[in-house]
Amino acid sequence: MGLTPKAMSVLKIGIHLLGGALLGWLILAVQQDYFGADAAKELIKYCGRTALEFLFLTLLISPLARWTRTPALIRLRRLVGLWCFFWACLHLLAFAALELGWDLSLLLEEVVKRPYMLLGSLSWLLLLALAVTSNRWSQQRLGRGWASLHRAVYVVAVLAPIHYLWSVKAITIKPVLYLAVAALLLLWRLYRHINGEARSR
Amino acid sequence: MRNRSWQQPTEQEVTPESLFYSRRRVLKALGISAAALSLAPSASGALWDLFADTSSPPARRDPLNYQKPAAYRPDLPWTPEEKVIGYNNYYEFGLDKAAPKANAQGLQTSPWQVVIDGEVAKPMTLDVDELRKRFTLEERIYRFRCVEAWSMVIPWIGFELGALLKWVQPTSRARYVAFQTLYDPKQMPGQADGQFGSGIQFPYVEGLRLDEAMHPLSLLAVGVYGKTLPPQNGAPLRLVVPWKYGFKSIKSIVRIRLLEKQPPTTWNLAAPDEYGFYANVNPQVDHPRWSQASERVISSGGLLDVTRQPTLPFNGYADAVAGLYAGMDLRRSF
Repeated sequence: MGLTPKAMSVLKIGIHLLGGALLGWLILAVQQDYFGADAAKELIKYCGRTALEFLFLTLLISPLARWTRTPALIRLRRLVGLWCFFWACLHLLAFAALELGWDLSLLLEEVVKRPYMLLGSLSWLLLLALAVTSNRWSQQRLGRGWASLHRAVYVVAVLAPIHYLWSVKAITIKPVLYLAVAALLLLWRLYRHINGEARSR
Repeated sequence: MRNRSWQQPTEQEVTPESLFYSRRRVLKALGISAAALSLAPSASGALWDLFADTSSPPARRDPLNYQKPAAYRPDLPWTPEEKVIGYNNYYEFGLDKAAPKANAQGLQTSPWQVVIDGEVAKPMTLDVDELRKRFTLEERIYRFRCVEAWSMVIPWIGFELGALLKWVQPTSRARYVAFQTLYDPKQMPGQADGQFGSGIQFPYVEGLRLDEAMHPLSLLAVGVYGKTLPPQNGAPLRLVVPWKYGFKSIKSIVRIRLLEKQPPTTWNLAAPDEYGFYANVNPQVDHPRWSQASERVISSGGLLDVTRQPTLPFNGYADAVAGLYAGMDLRRSF
């Protein structure tokens, strides 16, 4: 079943509204001291979690398209993915600016020294590669390689939640929940890959 | 909206709008609604309620009479009061920095009894009021360095822990001092959530070697910024050990016990390779997951006004306390 161009536009506007509303919420929250008297640490975490949430949303689109038999939904993945990248950039920027005060040598040192930082950086670099090649031109230029490249999103879905879990001072329910959601979304694909395809043959 | 399960697709027309809402429903079912997860439980509700101040009015803080000994008045810019009392780690009241202020205002801090026992000649149970009256209170401007690599400068009001210990007379067997925070899940929602909610075991416990506890810098604080402590800062009685990471400075103390053997300490139990018993501020020994060589200063500046400064050995108190650790390998005994 297809979607009318109008329906697609509505969905896309909805995605932009969601991403924008979360940014608006963040700005208001900082203004209203919602994150406490010093917002830096909580703000950094908020951006990281929001990036993860958009990542989960992109990974939810293909199961949704299947369940609702609306393959056209797949075309929304680019937009949701770009919002994920946007929030990942904010996360990185906030860390560099608000935590490290633009001490970039310290940033590099930490990335090299701390495994959890390395996972986060790798995730961001992969997202960068996906964002840069998320246009039609790259799709045509890269041909078959494009699809392989964009499977890297699964690598991000493994690395980024581990980065989050590893970063916290004490293991609590929230990072575990994020890891569980990522695992669920990936296991669904694995299950389909093993079972579903075998059955359809 | 039709109440249709999303696992069973039908051939029926699905309008984009209902699709949008069903996706929202899926997200909600999975618990990953983007905004919702980022909120403290106390702040959930309609969007326009998000920033409404739902916390109870601030706990009463009484003015204190105290001296201002010159020896403890270094020329350092104080962290503004609203940041000292609005940016706290106190897992008993929630995990993020704003949670303690939001959730702790109802803490019953009077009457408040402290049991002092163990290896002492004169075990006693004292009311905090008595302690405030018995000892001369001093305002001391101390650096405060959190293990999370941020720092403040705080005007504490209190008395020397050593003075209290001398009063109860430690026996010759006493080598360590153990401290315990109030355990009351009814008043402390973080304790009700248990270890899975907070990542640490309750009640919170800390400890010092007796010579560390007797050091004149070790303070039992009853106030900050001229008044009694607010609950989020550890009212009515907390420890302040300025040359150690902040988690050593245990809050809302109900028990002080002198011991022959080294007592267990909360963060050490949670992650022994990351948080040692000594936890002396040491720029040479990194936390396994972040550098301790420098720190973000919580100052009067705004969000974008970030100051990072080098961390000093023993948080700047090396001249006074380094002797306590002569001959020890501080990399091993971190």
